[in-house]
Amino acid sequence: MSEIVLEGRNIVRDYHVSGGLFGKPKTVRAVKGVSFTLEKGKTLAIVGESGCGKSTLGRILTLIDPQSEGELLIDGKPINIAKDRVTPEMRRKVQIIFQNPYGSLNPRQKIGEVLGEPLLLNTNKTAAERRELAMQMLVKVGLGPEHYNRYPHMFSGGQRQRIAIARALMLSPSLLVLDEPVSALDLSVQAQVLNLLADLQDEFNLTYVFISHDLSVVRYIADEVMVMYYGEVVEYGTRDEVFSNPQHSYTKTLFAATPKSDVASIRARLEKKKAAA
Amino acid sequence: MALLEIKNLSVGFDTSSGQFMAVQGIDLHVDASEVLAIVGESGSGKSVAMLAVMGLLPNTATVTADKMVFNGHDMLTMTTKQRRQIVGRDVAMIFQEPMASLNPCFTVGFQLEEVLRFHMKMDARTRRTRAIELLKQVGIPTPEERLNSFPHQMSGGQCQRVMIAIAIACNPKLLIADEPTTALDVTIQKQILDLLVSLQAKHGMGLIMITHDMGVVAETADRVIVQYKGRKMEEADVLSLFETPKSPYTRALLSALPENATGDRLSTVADFMKNEAANAGAAT
Repeated sequence: MSEIVLEGRNIVRDYHVSGGLFGKPKTVRAVKGVSFTLEKGKTLAIVGESGCGKSTLGRILTLIDPQSEGELLIDGKPINIAKDRVTPEMRRKVQIIFQNPYGSLNPRQKIGEVLGEPLLLNTNKTAAERRELAMQMLVKVGLGPEHYNRYPHMFSGGQRQRIAIARALMLSPSLLVLDEPVSALDLSVQAQVLNLLADLQDEFNLTYVFISHDLSVVRYIADEVMVMYYGEVVEYGTRDEVFSNPQHSYTKTLFAATPKSDVASIRARLEKKKAAA
Repeated sequence: MALLEIKNLSVGFDTSSGQFMAVQGIDLHVDASEVLAIVGESGSGKSVAMLAVMGLLPNTATVTADKMVFNGHDMLTMTTKQRRQIVGRDVAMIFQEPMASLNPCFTVGFQLEEVLRFHMKMDARTRRTRAIELLKQVGIPTPEERLNSFPHQMSGGQCQRVMIAIAIACNPKLLIADEPTTALDVTIQKQILDLLVSLQAKHGMGLIMITHDMGVVAETADRVIVQYKGRKMEEADVLSLFETPKSPYTRALLSALPENATGDRLSTVADFMKNEAANAGAAT
């Protein structure tokens, strides 16, 4: 059995909402006891509609938010950021890529600085070394050294997502959390970014947690699939298990809602329409 | 007779580095009670072409066409005042970001009734009843209460339903939906698409769906126009487009769909352009 990079045991996250001036404060349980294990070099896809807690879970895994209850183990070591400080070594292990590449890059920061900042904060590398590494990373994600001194507004959406990926990879993490990385992108750009992610996974032996609501992308990229609904895991298994034999009714609804673009289903739709008219 | 007929439409934008042509010589026509999908990547000019029809482009744009006729009205020679009478009543548009296209300072009911007041000249009571009826039609529960909600109090899917209600308020002959579900979840997307198609069938509207999602096209369209860099690459009915795509660009677009992946790599449009260039080089 290969090495387990990430393990969650019964992870719970509560949010406290103030009830206003006279109301009682409320507690919203966004993630209700999620458990999973993920092996090195594999991809776990977390699927669900907006508000189901998938991004909250992503933030817990990336050590941005603490879990309220439960245990999180990265490389076999338990971590609870509510109690301990996050050390630079931990930061180096997990990185995140956000959904909207227009919002996740500072418009006043040059690309070189964007890529150098994780190194500046978490390592002792000199400016020259940081520059050298940033240049190399730009080439790896399919951009060029000439982009080093440009600003984010000079790039298209797909290129910005490449920059965000490059930034996440600067610390050579073993685990990458991808929070809907391609849902803001066009079909053909989406294909480029997915190819890039697959190449990088092979090259650096990366482990991915892929958060998405697009089942066609999940089917293409994932090894394991976890379906969440109102903070609970309703289905968890390998890709083939979940796609060939969905158990929970919500998973079935999700499959039914996904647009089908094969010729047979178009023909069926057109015939139905003709019959109705 | 076609409801909307456009011949040789070009739209250019003045930029500091000369004129940029966003749309170059597009022909299209839509009949009543037909669903036309316009597909393309961002920057292919699919939205710009429709904004030109609506007259919503900024002053830096120059629109030229041999013919642009909607329902017997020539949209090219028409004054702004005349256009305003038609836009919003006979042609309506739904935009991509429902949260951003509603005014956060006014209630949903006010924004819905505004259209009725302006175009239909209804009095307050009829407006109210009609507004409730519209919200019911687009599937919003407890419409009487919802009229007093502000956009931020509703979810993205509900805001998009309100946008649809505003668009169909005056029973338009043509509805243009610009990426109506891109910002939404798959389950909500399904609901919105079903709603649009059922409204279209019920009212016999012409419907133009602008999208980059081939899945949306497959689920809704009768006829499809594929656009790339401001030019029309292909026009076909939906079945033959998916079955036997003629243009290489369409083939490239279809093979970029994750469900059509062969092996572990997705083919991209960039690969296709490279092959095209290589073939062109070999030919000469």
